[in-house]
Amino acid sequence: MGKADIRLGVDIGGTFTDVVLETGGAQTSTKVLTTYAAPEDAILVGIAQVCARAGIDAGDIGQIIHGTTLATNALIERRGAKTALITTQGFRDVIEMRTESRFEQYDLNLELPEPLLPRQRRYTLPERIGAQGEVLIALARTEVEALADDLAQAEYESIAVGFLHSYLNDSHERMVRDVLEERLPGVMVSLSSEVSPQMREYERFNTTVANAYIKPLMKSYLGRLDGRLRAAGVTCPIFLMHSGGGIISIESAADFPVRLVESGPAGGAVFAAHIAARYGLDKVLSFDMGGTTAKICLIKGQTPKTSRVFEVARTYRFKKGSGMPISIPVIDMVEIGAGGGSLAHVDAMRQIRVGPESAGSEPGPACYGRGGTRPAVTDADLVLGKLDPDGFAGGSIQLYPDRSEAALMADLGSLLDMDARTAAYGLAEVVDENMANAARVHAVENGEDLADYTMIAFGGAAPLHAARLCEKLGVARCLVPQGAGVGSAIGFLRAPFSFEANRSVYMRLSDFDAPAVGRLLKELADQATGFVRSCDADAPITADYKVYMRYTGQGWEIPIVLPAQDAAQPDAARFQALFETEYAKLFGRVVDGMDVEITVWAVNASTPHSMAAPVPAQTPTEAAGTRGTRALFDPARGQSSQASVVARTDLTPGEWLQGPGIITEDETTVIVPASRRAMAQPDGTLDITLSPEGTP
Amino acid sequence: MTSTQVSHQVMWNRLISVVEEQAQALVRTAFSTSVREAGDLSAGVYDAEGRMLAQAVTGTPGHVNAMADAVGHFIARIGRGNIHAGDVYITNDPWEGTGHLHDITVVSPSFHKGAFVGFFACTAHVVDIGGRGFGADANSVYEEGIYIPIMKFADRGTVDRTLIHILRGNVREPDQLVGDIHALATCNEIGQRRLSDMMGEFGLTDLIGIAAYILDNSRRATLERIAALPRAEARAEMRIDGYSSPIDLRVHVRVHEDHIACDFAGTSGPDPKGINVPMVYTKAYACYALKCAIAGDIPNNAASLEPFRITAPQGTIVNALHPAPVALRHIIGHMIPDVVFGALDQILPGTVPAEGAGCLCNFQVSLRPGPNAPQGARRAEVLTFNSGGGGARPDHDGLNATAFPSGVMTMPVEATEHTGPVIIWRKELRPDSGGTGQRRGGLGQYMEVGARAGHEFDISAMFDRLHHPARGRQGGGDGAPTTVTREDGTAMRGKGRQFVPAGGRVHLAFPGGGGYGPASARAPALVEQDLARGYVTPEAAMRDYGLDAAQVARILDAVKKGTA
Repeated sequence: MGKADIRLGVDIGGTFTDVVLETGGAQTSTKVLTTYAAPEDAILVGIAQVCARAGIDAGDIGQIIHGTTLATNALIERRGAKTALITTQGFRDVIEMRTESRFEQYDLNLELPEPLLPRQRRYTLPERIGAQGEVLIALARTEVEALADDLAQAEYESIAVGFLHSYLNDSHERMVRDVLEERLPGVMVSLSSEVSPQMREYERFNTTVANAYIKPLMKSYLGRLDGRLRAAGVTCPIFLMHSGGGIISIESAADFPVRLVESGPAGGAVFAAHIAARYGLDKVLSFDMGGTTAKICLIKGQTPKTSRVFEVARTYRFKKGSGMPISIPVIDMVEIGAGGGSLAHVDAMRQIRVGPESAGSEPGPACYGRGGTRPAVTDADLVLGKLDPDGFAGGSIQLYPDRSEAALMADLGSLLDMDARTAAYGLAEVVDENMANAARVHAVENGEDLADYTMIAFGGAAPLHAARLCEKLGVARCLVPQGAGVGSAIGFLRAPFSFEANRSVYMRLSDFDAPAVGRLLKELADQATGFVRSCDADAPITADYKVYMRYTGQGWEIPIVLPAQDAAQPDAARFQALFETEYAKLFGRVVDGMDVEITVWAVNASTPHSMAAPVPAQTPTEAAGTRGTRALFDPARGQSSQASVVARTDLTPGEWLQGPGIITEDETTVIVPASRRAMAQPDGTLDITLSPEGTP
Repeated sequence: MTSTQVSHQVMWNRLISVVEEQAQALVRTAFSTSVREAGDLSAGVYDAEGRMLAQAVTGTPGHVNAMADAVGHFIARIGRGNIHAGDVYITNDPWEGTGHLHDITVVSPSFHKGAFVGFFACTAHVVDIGGRGFGADANSVYEEGIYIPIMKFADRGTVDRTLIHILRGNVREPDQLVGDIHALATCNEIGQRRLSDMMGEFGLTDLIGIAAYILDNSRRATLERIAALPRAEARAEMRIDGYSSPIDLRVHVRVHEDHIACDFAGTSGPDPKGINVPMVYTKAYACYALKCAIAGDIPNNAASLEPFRITAPQGTIVNALHPAPVALRHIIGHMIPDVVFGALDQILPGTVPAEGAGCLCNFQVSLRPGPNAPQGARRAEVLTFNSGGGGARPDHDGLNATAFPSGVMTMPVEATEHTGPVIIWRKELRPDSGGTGQRRGGLGQYMEVGARAGHEFDISAMFDRLHHPARGRQGGGDGAPTTVTREDGTAMRGKGRQFVPAGGRVHLAFPGGGGYGPASARAPALVEQDLARGYVTPEAAMRDYGLDAAQVARILDAVKKGTA
């Protein structure tokens, strides 16, 4: 086995740091508690564990790919550096005024999130670029120098620069950087025209401020990590997973740390995309459910759907608008506050509500017996028979059904006049319905019908709820892959080197300037390719082109994939046709007589995806041997019945289990309702499909 | 609670999700700025009786009751015997729809397995409806655009081509209008499909059971809240600028055992220009204010709205009758919650905020090439939405530059400058504009508006609170008033169209919210924070909050050193 065949994926999550070592075809993984003060400690411990188990030295590892929530957490917990913003005179408060709206209409005591930088750390300069990129007020170098001297007194570690329309003309921002580098050596500078060259000042400035705010922290962490790994004998290159689902060099990551936000969940989506490729599935709904949240992502053509803006650090029940926008290329995921630890209560309409408040790991759900008294999703799952009180987490955590029942009765049952089991049924149905609604809305927003989708479920809580979600969504097939507990870290190993460059430039199709379009796309392609080339000197690199278009007068652009040939020889009529096809697909019809405009141009350069070995077709062989039965509640039928219990490790390819059934493993439990049956695939994936009528 | 109740709860959640989805589909396809940026739209689902079961929470409370009432009007006008699968109904009647001709309401009957089960309805503000164009300048509703009585847009799936021809011939942007109407119809269709899926999944043949469940629970929850209030009554009044002359809004709120009565007797009469308010819109904002204060978490539907009984004498400006001009009914509509809060504060002390900016600080600029225009100069209409400061709350400062009661979003300046040759030279918070108090009023904002070289423009102002700023509560100070001037300080009017020559600029200062409680009770740490942030100037910190020169100097020094 060559060194190139030994690769390591590391995902730092909120609770655990997951490490997966791949040696040839074999996988070794471990989970280590995240060490907040020095996150690299947990990585070193994890690496030592997997290397020992696989019988290799750290020096044998050929490549390390790392993803982390550190960037996200620094933004959520406001643990960034002492940072200043320099912006256009007259626009000091853009990141504070936000959209001037309330994200919750009926709360008179609503508080808006504080901006990352308070007003006194936002400075202005007399300058102005116009909407055509023209200079309306030239920036005088002397003004910048005077400001730099003021800033020196305040001892900032990091400075963000964001001027209006700088995505069209970055000359003023660059002048500021030149002066700052001269006068304030050692202070890190982030320019909005580099971090996020997109139109819309609030999103761009906020993204740039976020980048500046976490840059010192991330740079120092990455530097320390590199040093520790080298000291431990690692000699291979280290790469970082980014939010767009690809990997970049450690240097690029240190310059643009905001691109690391949400890299863990992105790894999960890449993991699902890889499973999709192995099974030749074109339409996949990935469903990742953990302790506090569930994440849903559409994967078409084995590529996760991407977006160019998302929101982090939501402060108000995961409500849209209550966080801060980050405009960078990102895998488009819906995240809702629904996980195993999500807590339930009864509202004024006597309705059961679940989440986003979570019991966390301490005290945990009531059934952990660690002092939790409020009912959580896990408590409902236990009372409904989905979990074995003696076999949870491989038997390492004893569960107490009586505590669950007491909590369910106290907070739900006694108020609604129902027994503990009905309360559990209500709780589970509400959380499943919430997730199903989120998936439906996300599908409709993307013009997709979930009926012909396959679900891929991973994360500790997903297999308990996936089949019920499929019933609600009319999804006929669900795959539960192996290694679902460390899916993100495995995903890192499947990700290509990639970088997306994008820019806002308005162009109406009636004023289409083909040579200019050709130049712009070429420029973006060169920029994106440059980043990828810095990671891999030899691999073939492909460029994928995308433009965002809308009818003039609309406020919402839709992404249009541009075939390479149209990027090379741009033609207005072809752009129009591509747009109309996509628009009709999304909204049912086109609008005659309206001009069409392009707002954003994007090029994603990437190396080829790792080849997914197709899983050979497997036919059912025989019914799996069971280890017994237990009562399992079936919400679709509103009643309990005896379900066969099977150990996942007992299953051989082709063996199947007709629902109602329960497949147990250390990391999770897979529920097979009466409407489905599960079959083991050759790679260990559980394939849960609608039962044929009668016996399978 | 039984299994049936569990499924009922699931279905209720589902219906709320369906209408939200309906609304999102509209936001993404509509051409009108106020729909996509301001969320000026609505979507709802109804039972066969026309009772609203669920409504999307969108950017405007202005449609809350309007939507609840609208379908009843449609049933009456179309006739029960005349309802067929494939029908789509339409109107823009200000009195039976949502308050002005610019709002198109589309209602579609919903069928499941061939049986009529209910309705879907949605409303959106369209770009143009003909007439004089969007503004306060009309003398009657006849001048404000084309009127579409309640009628069939499609009969058993066949669209009325004649209607489309007439509409196209009467508006400035026919493609966009027809596009928007189709978008409305499509969004009802999406709702119907999802409703049918749900009924199939739960084996329903009608909505009677689920409707009763939703309405009973909502009514009971609302009545419980009302029953917990003191049986009391109170009056309040508030004077605002108006258009031709100042307007007095007067309200009497009385809490009964099983409902709240809210009456506007004594309010000024109608204005000759288009700022009058049809009753339906008054009901929406009065109801919104009451619901925010006592039952904000209870979703809007026929039963949760019913216990709020809003009345006004005919012929007051808040119950303007046909043919009064009503295009800008939002200006006064947005002020209604503040006067209702004035009465509620006496009944429920410590619950409602001080007065705030109230109506949105919107303006439209009409740009055109001036005498020495450069090549490529062009005409354009640019509409912007902006907000002043919110009133201080009993336990929190007022929100800076944030819309209330409207839920409008502002547009990015960069986007605005792409829609025409306008230049926004300034858009930032206005220090010292928040009313003083233990809780400070929210800050208003400054804007400066000009045009690219060679362009002149008219500005259509839609501002209030120039002469009647937001008043503080419980000893809090008033917010700063609106000011509108040219670059040389020459005063301009708060409402109406005004000319600005090439090279000229308009300087706008939008109002702050009122303060709550005496300024002397404000925590010193908050005063220092306000000074450090520049929400208050050193002068105001000393004058209004009693800081001495040494304290001010210490804070300003800390800011300079980066330690504040």
